[in-house]
Amino acid sequence: MLRRTLPSSMRAVVGVKHAVDYTIKVQVKGGQVVKDVRHSMNPFDEIAMEAAVQLKEKGIVSEVVAVTIGNAKAVECVRVAMSLGADRSVHVVGDQTAIDNLETLQVAKIFAKLHEELQGDIYLMGKQAIDDDQCHTPQMLAGLLNIPQGTFAAGLTVADDKSSVTVQREVDDGHQTVNVSLPAVVSCDLRLNTPRFPNIRNIMKAKKMPVNTMKIEDLGIDLTPRTATLEISAPEARKGGGKVADVDELINKLKNEAKAI
Amino acid sequence: MLRVSLRTARWAHAKVTDADIAAFKEILGEKNVLTEDLDKYSKDWLGKYEGECPAVVKPEDAEMTSKIMKYCNEKNIAVVPQAGNTGLVGGSVPTGGEIVLSVEKMNTITSIDGISRVVESGAGVVLQSLEDALLPHNLTVPLDLAAKGSCCIGGNVATNAGGIRFLRYGSLHQSVLGLRVVTATGDILDLRNKLPKDNTGYDLKQLFIGSEGTLGIITDVVLQVPSEMKSSNVALLGCETFDGVLRTMQHARSELGEIISALEFADARSVEMSLSHTGNDHPFADGERPKYYLLIETLGSNEDHDMEKLGNFLDDVLSKDVVTGTIAQDGTQTKNLWAVRENITVSFKDFGKHNLKYDVSLPTSDFYKCVEDTQARLDQEVGKGECDVVGFGHIGDGNLHLNVISNNPNVSPSMEPWLYEWLTERGGSVSAEHGIGLMKREALKYSKPQNAIDYMKQLKKVFDPNNILNPFKVI
Repeated sequence: MLRRTLPSSMRAVVGVKHAVDYTIKVQVKGGQVVKDVRHSMNPFDEIAMEAAVQLKEKGIVSEVVAVTIGNAKAVECVRVAMSLGADRSVHVVGDQTAIDNLETLQVAKIFAKLHEELQGDIYLMGKQAIDDDQCHTPQMLAGLLNIPQGTFAAGLTVADDKSSVTVQREVDDGHQTVNVSLPAVVSCDLRLNTPRFPNIRNIMKAKKMPVNTMKIEDLGIDLTPRTATLEISAPEARKGGGKVADVDELINKLKNEAKAI
Repeated sequence: MLRVSLRTARWAHAKVTDADIAAFKEILGEKNVLTEDLDKYSKDWLGKYEGECPAVVKPEDAEMTSKIMKYCNEKNIAVVPQAGNTGLVGGSVPTGGEIVLSVEKMNTITSIDGISRVVESGAGVVLQSLEDALLPHNLTVPLDLAAKGSCCIGGNVATNAGGIRFLRYGSLHQSVLGLRVVTATGDILDLRNKLPKDNTGYDLKQLFIGSEGTLGIITDVVLQVPSEMKSSNVALLGCETFDGVLRTMQHARSELGEIISALEFADARSVEMSLSHTGNDHPFADGERPKYYLLIETLGSNEDHDMEKLGNFLDDVLSKDVVTGTIAQDGTQTKNLWAVRENITVSFKDFGKHNLKYDVSLPTSDFYKCVEDTQARLDQEVGKGECDVVGFGHIGDGNLHLNVISNNPNVSPSMEPWLYEWLTERGGSVSAEHGIGLMKREALKYSKPQNAIDYMKQLKKVFDPNNILNPFKVI
């Protein structure tokens, strides 16, 4: 993986996924998730976009490219990215079946393929998508490109000479700070920033901006799934709670009904 | 906390005795009669009204309700019907000595018909629960208000609640197809029609809708419900002049047409207070702080069509009166934009000890003049800088929530009856959606002629000859 000499201007590539909206009550009907519901930019990707735009406002990054891989409707995702400040966008489009069967390794491979052209200095993505919660793509992308990664970023600082980035990572027992050389993949966590609302004029402008559309089958990547979904079911409906009269009843219930003790 | 105790000489009702409590328990079962820890029932949501309450009874159906009312009517015991107790005019708590009849146990959804889009439910079903139950049928409730998580459909009907979707779904007078009501004498009036068209005699149910528990107790509601719309958009726009707001609204109505579902207004100060209270960032990241805000919501069946309509509308108004704005990009941003509007009321206590609230209806062109004239009057009568007058509300329905925030406890005399007279002059209403309750009884005459009020009193006698149902409220 040849590294360019220190760039005077950085390019940030942001991965944004057109995912089931956070506020939707997901339903399972006939063994399938009901997908004909509101979709929007994956919330963690919104955070990644905000991080990229902030870097651009500080003059650290000179160009932000938003990339989405999805069905035809996913173009809205990059339009939102452009209304927030992305300079240009790429929409890798596939039919619904192709997108449904897409696995995280293939997503990472697509980004790796796009890197040949995009040459991103920093790849920003949400830590995971809220519809599948896989949390694989950023890590795999770093592996495929053989570049370092700073994941679960709650803090992000680019070095003055733009040769590296310091990432404050959220880990189970607190924070871990790593410094990784650029180019690198950074995945963004909840507390990194608060995404802004797009300005209405920018929303209107973004509607008319061009989008570089590529067909997923033209990228020369093997899209054969390596996993098979055996079953999809909704979690059991929550039963109401109850009040107990005294400690004895509590112990009885815990022992004989809940079988917890 | 104003403890209102009206047990004066004019109290004509019987005092509740132990024998009465025993009788209640006999009729309803012990667990459905409470005599202790009654704060939840005897205090109102605003913390403004509280009345001595000897007992709370919770009938489980219309039959039990009827038996209780028969007993109370015979014994001359006053009864306050109560649903979610989220009312804003002190109409659902005792004034001192009445028992509370809570409909909370009547909380079953009896049936949902997805084809005719009709739902029958007990009066005690919480609005949010009703909405949740309708969702799998691709249906939704025809009203939405801040108290959704606690208010009950029975209470909504009894108060003819409005809310933010009034603009789209109309009034409950329209959506309610049928009711089962128990009158003060215990008579069960079963008007549970499920058909949208039924012109057979006088439409009695209309009397009970908005009667605020003074003509009968609603035990069951039959509602016509709308389809759940998949595509929704919320935009928050800023204008520098109120005329600009009005023009933008005109454009919205003609260009968004049938997909428009809410039009809410707030002035700069209301938005400032709301954001200060929640600590959220201002939605306008460009730093613009316009004088007036308009929140527009659309609900439609086709995302592409709606976006096209919205796009055309915005293209139009951005070149005219709208100086800045934003559109929510996902469910969370939608919630956050609505949160700006929804948190205005609760923020007031951060800015002043006393808050006078007026929920009024007036011609849309006079909307903001009401705020300006009120501020001018209070600057003069109470003193400059003493009161903060803000306005927000359902501008699409001509419904203004006028609020006066102050640390001065003596502002009401400068407001009432001046404000009522101001409204009457312009054909406005002293209570757009909150009702009369206890709070606005004196104001009723400003919005209704005396002979109308006399007819109301006669109707009260028809359904409640002994005046035991929610006495001292409304009329």
